[in-house]
Amino acid sequence: MSVLTERINQIIKPENLVYAKTPLLNDDAMHYCPGCSHGVVHRLIAEVIEEMGIQEQTIGVSPVGCAVFAYNYIDIDWAEAAHGRAPAVATGIKRVMPEKYVFSYQGDGDLAAIGTAETLHAINRGENIVMIFINNAIYGMTGGQMAPTTLIGQITATTPFGRNADLNGYPLKITELIAQLPGAAYVTRQSVQTPAAVRKAKKAIRKAFEIQAKKIGTAFVEVVSTCSSGWKLTPVASNKWMEDNMFPQYPLGDLKDSGRADADLYRIKG
Amino acid sequence: MGELRLMKGNEVIAEAAIRCGCDGYFGYPITPQSEIMETLMTLRPWEDSGMVVLQAESEIASIHMVYGAAGAGKRVMTSSSSPGISLMAEGISYMAGAELPCVIVNVQRGGPGLGTIQPSQADYNQATKGGGHGDYSLFVLAPASVQEMHDFVILGFEMAFKYRNPVMILADGVIGQLMEKVELIDHRPRWTNEQILEISGEWATYGKSQNRKKHIITSLEMDSNTMEQNNLRLQAKYERMKEVEVRYEAIECDDADYILVAFGSAARICQKTVQIARQKGVKVGLIRPITLFPFPEKIIAQYASKVKGFLSVEFNAGQMVNDIRLAVNGNTKVAYFGRMGGIVPTPDEVEIALHQRFKN
Ligand SMILES: Cc1ncc(C[n+]2csc(CCOP(=O)(O)OP(=O)(O)O)c2C)c(N)n1
Ligand code: SF4
Ligand SMILES: [Mg+2]
Repeated sequence: MSVLTERINQIIKPENLVYAKTPLLNDDAMHYCPGCSHGVVHRLIAEVIEEMGIQEQTIGVSPVGCAVFAYNYIDIDWAEAAHGRAPAVATGIKRVMPEKYVFSYQGDGDLAAIGTAETLHAINRGENIVMIFINNAIYGMTGGQMAPTTLIGQITATTPFGRNADLNGYPLKITELIAQLPGAAYVTRQSVQTPAAVRKAKKAIRKAFEIQAKKIGTAFVEVVSTCSSGWKLTPVASNKWMEDNMFPQYPLGDLKDSGRADADLYRIKG
Repeated sequence: MGELRLMKGNEVIAEAAIRCGCDGYFGYPITPQSEIMETLMTLRPWEDSGMVVLQAESEIASIHMVYGAAGAGKRVMTSSSSPGISLMAEGISYMAGAELPCVIVNVQRGGPGLGTIQPSQADYNQATKGGGHGDYSLFVLAPASVQEMHDFVILGFEMAFKYRNPVMILADGVIGQLMEKVELIDHRPRWTNEQILEISGEWATYGKSQNRKKHIITSLEMDSNTMEQNNLRLQAKYERMKEVEVRYEAIECDDADYILVAFGSAARICQKTVQIARQKGVKVGLIRPITLFPFPEKIIAQYASKVKGFLSVEFNAGQMVNDIRLAVNGNTKVAYFGRMGGIVPTPDEVEIALHQRFKN
């Protein structure tokens, strides 16, 4: 036993335990950068699945993006989708197994650029799935290029002089768009940079999974996130940058919580 | 004897899917195959067998819905025509990489681009050489009758699960729109959860129980050695198909001096050409590849030493002719005749082409 483990075991005594790692998260070191939001959100999803006792009924759909390997960490069945297609893959799974819990997990490039059509149409159909959206305003995986959610003036590998609306258009507030869709049951925007925020985000994720059981439409949880590597900031500075720059553009809170719309509102007269 | 009906090729695809216990169809409208989804929507199989039928927002979404549902161990399919199949190419590659079973129907139209809604066979290379990125092959069936449209849905699902590989039914606008008599199989129930466990329990994502490892549907592998092994496994699978799954029809080849090679509706025309030529005293035969992958290269190689030449007859600029040349390996003459742009040649045109190509 190494000196370090010995020291740790002296500290970790049952009477000192305030928190236990859910068995649904394995012990592998995550590949995420220090300060990245992905790992925290993975943990919350794993905890919710464990607490609801739905491990055997849940299928996750991982994206192409930094979270492509989400399937390595949470101990459930997974399908790894092509870039942007997670909502279609989730639709396929859910439609042939309507009694299961199905969730997709996507970044902003995946969900709001290449996969915009799949995102909007899955929600417009009111697919009874949960969609988790990690908005870090950048393409983390491919080395920090502009994302649809990149802010005006934000420097990325493909906007080296800052995002310019004339050249690149505007940050896409896709969650606001989604809240307009009749198929959406629950649309919320959260963050995970403080313990209080983490607790709120977990509640929202739990609620999203509970809504899935009610079959009242799509439950959509955006998590405004950090990408310390892409932003080229320390983890602490990333949190501050997010609070100062992201939150004013992507304000936290619920955008919709009414279940999917009554179809009669859209019916022909005869 | 099963129920006999007069049906359109496209309609029978829908009917056969329902009858063989298919779990789901995901598609997007495009001429000349929209009747497939229209028929399914009219028959409403979800009320009887529980089969899902969903009109997706695009062919891209369709194939990825198929990916998800196939990953769950279900028997699912999609259909489209040429431009739509191009859109699906990435998803088909993912399915081949993740080794997922499914049936994809391509009722071909003329290209390139938006091309024409008239029939064509110009997607031969796309279908048989992959079509998407990476080293992979589909199991490709070429129906030449409405009956085969029916039979190949059933055979397609069988092959898809036998090899855990996407199967393509490469039809064309003629067969899709043709009305013929067809014998239908009796209704079979969809697989139960217990059957799915037995057949695909080792890999499908139906929810992880405590007593097994999680199942992951993916084509991704970061370790080059493992990825090479994955590729070798796929290649070995395609070799097995080549050994045991080749299907073809040889018509009047035994005494033939010339052999026409044609698939799908081109083969129907060539059958008539064989008669016309034989009436004129020219001994002509026909080889009709039924599986385009695996290609019937052995039978072509066998006849290469006996005949004066092969004529590949295709509704394209000459695609299958290259596979014939490979099989013949220089042992006899190989020529091509075809029409493009949605033009279907007459049997006489083929006969004249045969005469011209081999007159010396
Ligand atoms: C069809 C296709 N196009 C492009 C890529 C390259 N690619 C991989 S991940 C990615 C962007 C990921 O960004 P995001 O979805 O925001 O996820 P993050 O890494 O930031 O979590 C891109 C462009 C790909 N894999 N497939
Ligand atoms: S690049 Fe960004 S999103 Fe990707 S792991 Fe690192 S911090 Fe997270
Ligand atoms: Mg991102």
